[in-house]
Amino acid sequence: MGASTESVAFDKPAREQAADTFAMWIFIGSEAMLFGAILLVFLIARISYGPAFAAASHHLSLPLGTLNTVVLITSSFSMALAHLFGNRGRWRASTWSLAATALLGLVFLGIKAAEYTMEFREGIAPVLGVPFTYDGPDPVHAEFFFGLYFAMASLHAVHLIGGIVVIAGMLVMWSSATQSSRLRRVRAIGLYWHFVDIVWVFLFPILYLINR
Amino acid sequence: MNTEALSSSSYLGEGAGPAAWLLTTDHKRVAWLYLISLTAFFFLGGAMAVLMRIELATPAGDLVSDDVYNRLFSLHGIIMVWFFLVPSIPATLGNFLLPLMIGARDLAFPRLNLASWYVFMLGSLFALASVVFGGVDTGWTFYTPLSTLYANGFVSMAALGVFTVGFSTIMTGINFIVTIHTLRAPGLTWFRLPIFVWTMYATALVMVLATPVLAASLILIVLERMFGIGIFNPALGGDPLLFQHLFWFYSHPAVYIMILPGMGVVSEVLPCFSRRPLFGYKAVALSSMAIAVFGFLVWGHHMFVSGQSAYAGVLFSFLSFCVAIPSAIKVFNWSLTLRKGEITFETPMLYALFFLALFTFGGLAGLFLAALAIDVHVHDTYFVVAHFHYIMVGGMVTAYMAGLHFWWPKMTGRMYPETWGRIAATVTFLGFNLTFFPQFVLGFLGMPRRYHTYPPEFQFWHILSSAGAVVLAIGYLMPLFYLGWSLFRGARAPANPWRATGLEWQTASPPPPHNFDAMPKVSRPAYDYAMKGLQHEKFSPHKDEA
Repeated sequence: MGASTESVAFDKPAREQAADTFAMWIFIGSEAMLFGAILLVFLIARISYGPAFAAASHHLSLPLGTLNTVVLITSSFSMALAHLFGNRGRWRASTWSLAATALLGLVFLGIKAAEYTMEFREGIAPVLGVPFTYDGPDPVHAEFFFGLYFAMASLHAVHLIGGIVVIAGMLVMWSSATQSSRLRRVRAIGLYWHFVDIVWVFLFPILYLINR
Repeated sequence: MNTEALSSSSYLGEGAGPAAWLLTTDHKRVAWLYLISLTAFFFLGGAMAVLMRIELATPAGDLVSDDVYNRLFSLHGIIMVWFFLVPSIPATLGNFLLPLMIGARDLAFPRLNLASWYVFMLGSLFALASVVFGGVDTGWTFYTPLSTLYANGFVSMAALGVFTVGFSTIMTGINFIVTIHTLRAPGLTWFRLPIFVWTMYATALVMVLATPVLAASLILIVLERMFGIGIFNPALGGDPLLFQHLFWFYSHPAVYIMILPGMGVVSEVLPCFSRRPLFGYKAVALSSMAIAVFGFLVWGHHMFVSGQSAYAGVLFSFLSFCVAIPSAIKVFNWSLTLRKGEITFETPMLYALFFLALFTFGGLAGLFLAALAIDVHVHDTYFVVAHFHYIMVGGMVTAYMAGLHFWWPKMTGRMYPETWGRIAATVTFLGFNLTFFPQFVLGFLGMPRRYHTYPPEFQFWHILSSAGAVVLAIGYLMPLFYLGWSLFRGARAPANPWRATGLEWQTASPPPPHNFDAMPKVSRPAYDYAMKGLQHEKFSPHKDEA
């Protein structure tokens, strides 16, 4: 490991690494409050309009949602591999694992886009003034469900895009980075990536699995 | 005075030109970037307030139309809350002092610190751009359904601007928390930290945990306005009241983001100018944390008349009374610090004593508002306006001025002119009370806030308030001139002009680029004014400069 630190504030790289990880955890705490607030909105609505939400939930594509869950959890696995390989100095393998992680993220976004397209065609996307056509019970609250679904899934997707952009940026600047700074970056982006996955692990059941 | 030798060894002489400042990662220079931009926002927001006060001098709406008036108070609120009060002390004094006070070379993440300023400028200028296009008329609170369904201003732009500034707040918060945890000098245990550092810590915690909830509520507003997702629209199945819950879940803790740093400044200034250790150090330190925690549990007291459950109202009322306890602990401890002290009335001390008076007064008015029955009577009246201006302006801005004068010698290496400082402090205090005390009376008589016309019987109190606003404006403009003057012409400041404790006074004024020539070690508690060399000396800062 190199003996240099990136910030002038630190004497030892080990202290700086610990500070990095700590900062990332605080950031994740902050992010948890962001998603927490919106989850709370959803849960209040879910309790208030239970039957409408359950019926509306069945209009989402369970197979695609499940497939996406698998894709995302696999990406977390490859992210964990990138960290593991990096720790052992196997940088080639680590690089490929990172690339695979970003790629799986893109696959997730692709499937999500396909789902959105289907929902637009079905007329259950209450977005941008597209006419809302829904034949189930209580269409007003069903529309509320779809509104929340689009808001939450899109907010999650934005976070995923952010992660993919950061990984891409890391890989572009990969060759110029020292091993210790590579490791720090992998650890930081890894924490973030796992967090974004965990958010999906909450979103998937509350959106797709109501009364299934 | 040897200017050459001084400038080459201080952070101010490290490199001149715009690039050396705009691309700096030195926390001391980033503090200046913030200070300059926040000062501009403060006077911009203040000018809007003066316009409103001039309009309110007569009962008829004769200076500005109702639409313009609505835009004035909305922007006054947005600018003052998000672009001045929230970042004020943390981003300027905190940025400058935190590493110095804990004996560090910089904040943990210097580049993140600079980035936070750019994000701040991006967001605030974006929000201000909405003025050019026609402004916002929702008030700073963006209440739904007004903001989502009826307002025809540029709500999305303003909301996105505030949202962006939130990122800057979170960046600063994370930076401060990590810095305080990881970069304290050897021997500087948690209970030896200056109270200012404790309040920065509590503030940073609230910043990190509350700001994302504001972000969530603003995102939902923008989604509703731009994409038609009706989270707050009853016609689409949503609930407008939900917004108030989310908004105040952030905005009440945000009040503590604004006031806690002020409490930190006062906790430094009072012991110094009474030559006494801070009374009840641990209680003051932990009460900051208590305020940070309780602050998250009282948002419902903004919603007593909103139709929320009466049981929730009772609970929120009780919790609001509870949050007064840690504040009172501080006030009592500050007062007892003065007891038997050798008190001198330098400008920072004057401001700090004015803070003590105004904060206590405003805080007691807060107890009135925490009581359900009284709140129903004075809700949305000038009583509320007066209450939060006593805390935010009388408390927070006064503490900010105290801190600015107290650490001005450290930041610039120059003394400010003491007489002018005392005059400005006194003018501010008098102008402030003249402006806002009549508003308590107005509110109690039933004058609602946010109106540009009113019945003639209120005119007497409105004229008093408007006259006060002019005096207050003079009080705030004076430091702009004499502090600016002292930058170039002020007497050279010694390293420790106030004979204060604290690591920041042990390095040169202005400090060298990496803060300390030799890394400090700490072996004594904070506010050790009994220490040899500090005690019983004739206290005369301005004769010290030889």
